[in-house]
Formats: sequence, structure tokens, C-alpha cells
Amino acid sequence: MRIAIIDTSTTRAAIISEGLRDAGLVDLVVIDPAGPLVAQVEASAPEVVLINLENPSRDLLEDFFAMSRALARPIAMFVDQSDAQTTMAAVDAGVSAYVVDGLAKQRIKPVLDLAIRRFQAFSRLQTELAEAKSALADRQTIDRAKAILMKRRGLDEPAAYALLRGHAMKSNRRIAEVAEAIVTSEALMGDLP
Amino acid sequence: MSAETFRIGFVPLVDAALPILAHELGFAAAEGVRIELVRDVTWATVRDRLLYGHTDAAHLVAPLAIATALGRDRPAVALTVPFVLGLNGNAITFSTALGEACGLGESLGDPVVLGAALKEVAAQRLAAGRPLRFGVVHRYSSHNYMLRYWLAGVGIRPDADVAITVTSPTFAADALAAGEVDGICVGEPWNAIAVDRGVGRIALATAQIWRRGVEKVLALRSDTAAERPEALTALLRALHAAAEYFVRPDTAQDSAALLARPEYCDAPVEAILRAITDRIRVTPGSAPIAYPDFMFQYREAANFPWRSQAAWLYAQMVRWDGLRFSAADAATAQSVFRPDLYRAALAGSGAPLPNASSKLEGALDAPIGAGSTQGRLLLGQDRFFDGRAFDPDDIAGYLAQLP
Repeated sequence: MRIAIIDTSTTRAAIISEGLRDAGLVDLVVIDPAGPLVAQVEASAPEVVLINLENPSRDLLEDFFAMSRALARPIAMFVDQSDAQTTMAAVDAGVSAYVVDGLAKQRIKPVLDLAIRRFQAFSRLQTELAEAKSALADRQTIDRAKAILMKRRGLDEPAAYALLRGHAMKSNRRIAEVAEAIVTSEALMGDLP
Repeated sequence: MSAETFRIGFVPLVDAALPILAHELGFAAAEGVRIELVRDVTWATVRDRLLYGHTDAAHLVAPLAIATALGRDRPAVALTVPFVLGLNGNAITFSTALGEACGLGESLGDPVVLGAALKEVAAQRLAAGRPLRFGVVHRYSSHNYMLRYWLAGVGIRPDADVAITVTSPTFAADALAAGEVDGICVGEPWNAIAVDRGVGRIALATAQIWRRGVEKVLALRSDTAAERPEALTALLRALHAAAEYFVRPDTAQDSAALLARPEYCDAPVEAILRAITDRIRVTPGSAPIAYPDFMFQYREAANFPWRSQAAWLYAQMVRWDGLRFSAADAATAQSVFRPDLYRAALAGSGAPLPNASSKLEGALDAPIGAGSTQGRLLLGQDRFFDGRAFDPDDIAGYLAQLP
């Protein structure tokens, strides 16, 4: 069963491919997002097409599939009416599937389930990455604010941190926010006596 | 989700204005509803979010609502259209080269004259093995049907003499710039942006093809509409108030600035302002031309969902999808448009409410008073460029006499 993967994120496309391969589905075509979409899909003649929901080419792809109605094996959106949960879970995860006419439902379900899990895992990874990045940025801002306080007020590091923390608690803000304010005001007014 | 919230899906276009204004300017709050806007760049995703409950309502190309209810390309889902978000507001933009080849000057083309010139160019390109290509925003869009109506009307056979492909509105100017298409039929501000980028010139406003063509609609799943009648009434009243505000000349600048924001159209204020004020810059750097009926959001009960509009769209679907006319499908298509819900929601407001639910489309040469149960209703010139009228009670007869 040939599966084509169309994704604006090449990383996610790789993650999905890997998952499908691990599950023994090795006949995969990853469509190059920079190349001509329809020509690539047509040339690869897939039986299943997975595409991310936010892909700007979805309308074009559906138009191509609609025209495939004239072909021997037209392609249509996979909507499992006996198991609406699966289709809904796919939309929730951000993936949409199209399959050729006549492909047995029990062959599609595992592919879609796997794609859903991989999409969810990718979102989690992205969230974690964003959190890690923001934690790192916070850390750096706090260090800079501490350095400013140490220099300006002649404090040692624990005292500078305690001052930051105390002010954050009093003003009901995050330490990073207070630090950000100090760094900003230093940038704007640090040269003033 | 509280009963008073409507999550509304939209595509970044000027004619998504009414739900955006209703949300931003307090018209929704005044009616006791909350709007959350969900932006997407394809109609397929706007539709999927609506069908699978990510949204409660959607700004949708009208034919897609009908295609969905009829189960074209996927299992049918009953949809309800209680409110039209606008008439027209689209244009056909040619690449600079095609504009020159067709002898377009510094003004909008005439549909018949331009059509004759285009027919020659199309024949040359077909003979050279490089048929002209036009991009429309969706297979089931008014853009596709307007373009095809015009082409067929001037003797150019869509799919045979020229190719018609699909391109997302936000990428239409890019497709023109890259030479992937020779022309586009899209909504604003994407024609204006193509002109301002110097990659094309506006050839026609779709209002020149059909003076009062139905464009975007507010669509809901029918089960949502049935389960939340009071909230829907409040939403329609809010949209109506937003429409009344939107067409006031003194609000255009503010509306343009609002719609231009990154979370909405993410486009230049000036380009949006031109569309709102019915001014079209046809060629790069030229002074905009005023075209009074370019986009139509409020007057003449423009938001009233005429069942005859749905019938016309169904007729075009039969025509271009190569379907056989079916009285049952025609009835299903027409039942998507719900003038009864519009009337019920706006009873007691200042809105004129038409007596009839269906009318002869394209039959008016001059403004005429029409029967109304509330307010004074005046309907303006609504001609198709070829002078044909559409009788919703004789779709088969209409289809038989089309080219």
C-alpha cells in the first residue's frame, strides 16, 4: 500500500515516515513541499494520502482528487461514518487522509491511527521545545537582571536574587517579568547618573 | 463551551468583515453573544473544522455549503445558511502579459469586448500547446462559477480551451507572479495586492458578470442551528448591525485598519480600503477607478439568503460537474438557504424583510420596489452580462439554453 505524505513541516513528515516504516509500511512517498504538488502526487500514484490540516494546498489537492472521479480508482477524503471518532481524532490532531476507492477500511485505520499519534507526539515535542526555549530565555534574563542589581546596588548574587524574588512576590509577577523590566530600563536609562 | 459563544472559521478576505466587526466593535456583545474567530488559509480546512466541531459557524464560499449538503466529494452533511455575508467583491486579474495581449487599457474591461479578445488569445495559446490557465480559489466557489459563466458566455470552453486550476487566495498573487497561471479570479484584497506588486492588472470585477452575485455565506451545521435558535438569532442580529456599520462611508478607514491586522487579513490597509470603498486600482500606480457595486454587504437586503441564489449555484454545479439535473438535489440545495431564519431573527429590527423567499435572478434593469413584510425593500439592477435571467422554478430549462 503506497502512502504519500504531504506536510509543510519536513520534520513532521520525517517523524511520520519513520513511524509508518516501523509499522512495516515501507512504500512511502514524501512529497517535496517546494515542488509541484499535483504532478508529484500524480506521478507517485498513492493509495493513501496524508496531509496536514493547515497545508495551504488542501483546496488544490481536493480539486485534483475531484477530477480523479473520472479515473478507474478515484481518490476521496477518508470519512469513516461507522467510526466518526477516528475522523474527528484526525482533525483534532491536525491531519487529513484521502484514499483511493475500494481500499478496505481495516487497512486504512491503522495508518490513520499511527499518523494521529505521530501528529500528537510532534505537537507535544513542539510545546516542550517552546517551553524549554522560553525557560532558557527566562534564565538568561534573570542572570542579566541579577548582574545589573549586583553592580548598581553593590549586592552579592544571593541578595540580588532575593531582591528580585521578593519584588516579584509583592507585585504578583513572575521573576522573569521583573527581570525583564530591569533589563529594559537598564537598556534605556542605564547611562543616566 | 458556553451556549452564547460562536467559534467562527474564516479565510483572510475583506468579505470576512461582518463577523470580525461584530466581534471587535461590540455588536455581538450587545446581542449577548461572544464570537471567537478561527483563521485558516484553505476552504477545505474551514469546512472540516465546521463539520468536526472545531467551529460552530463559518465564513464560507456559498457553493461549498451546497456541495457539502449534497455530499459532493465526501458524505453529505446538512448545512444551514441563514445569512449571506456579501455579494460580489471579487475580480478577475490578468497577468501583465495577458492584459497586453488582450489590449486592456487603463480601465476595467467590457465583458463582451474583452471576451472576444481573450477568445483569440486562448485559441493561439491552445494551438501552441500552452493553453491559458486561470486560478480560482476553490472548485466550489462563486469565483469558479462566475469565471466559467463569463468564459462560456463569450465562446471560450472552460476545461477544453483554457485550464482552470485551484489556488489559495493568499497565494494567488504568487501564482500569477511565478507564471503558474495567466489569470486569477479571487476576492479582495488579493487582486489589489497582485496589482500593487506589479504582477497583474485587474480585467473585470465579477459584478460585471453578475451584478448581484451571491458570494460568501454564514454556514452552520443544521444540528447546531436547530439546537441553538436563540443564540443564532442574536448572532444574526449582531451581523446585521455590523453590516449596517460597515457600509457607512465614515467607518471605512477604521474597518480597513481593523481587517488589515495580522490576525485577520494581514494585508496593507490601503488595499483593503479600496475594496471597501468600491474603488479599484486596475493597473500598478494608476488612480483607482470607482465602481459603485463592486462589493455589496448591506443594501437591498443583500444579507437575505434567497433560495433562488442557492438554485443558481446548484445549476452551475450541474453544469460544470457534468451532473444530471435532479429535482431532489435542487430541493436539497435550496433548502440550505434559510430565509425563514433570517426573517425570524430580524423581525422587529429596521431590516427590510422580503415577502418572497425566491426571485427571478438577473431580471432587473433598473431599481424596483419589492414586496416586504417589514421595511421598504428596493432591489437594484441585477443583470448577468449576457442578459440571461434565471428562473429557479425551471432549472432544467435554464441549463438547456446555456452555451
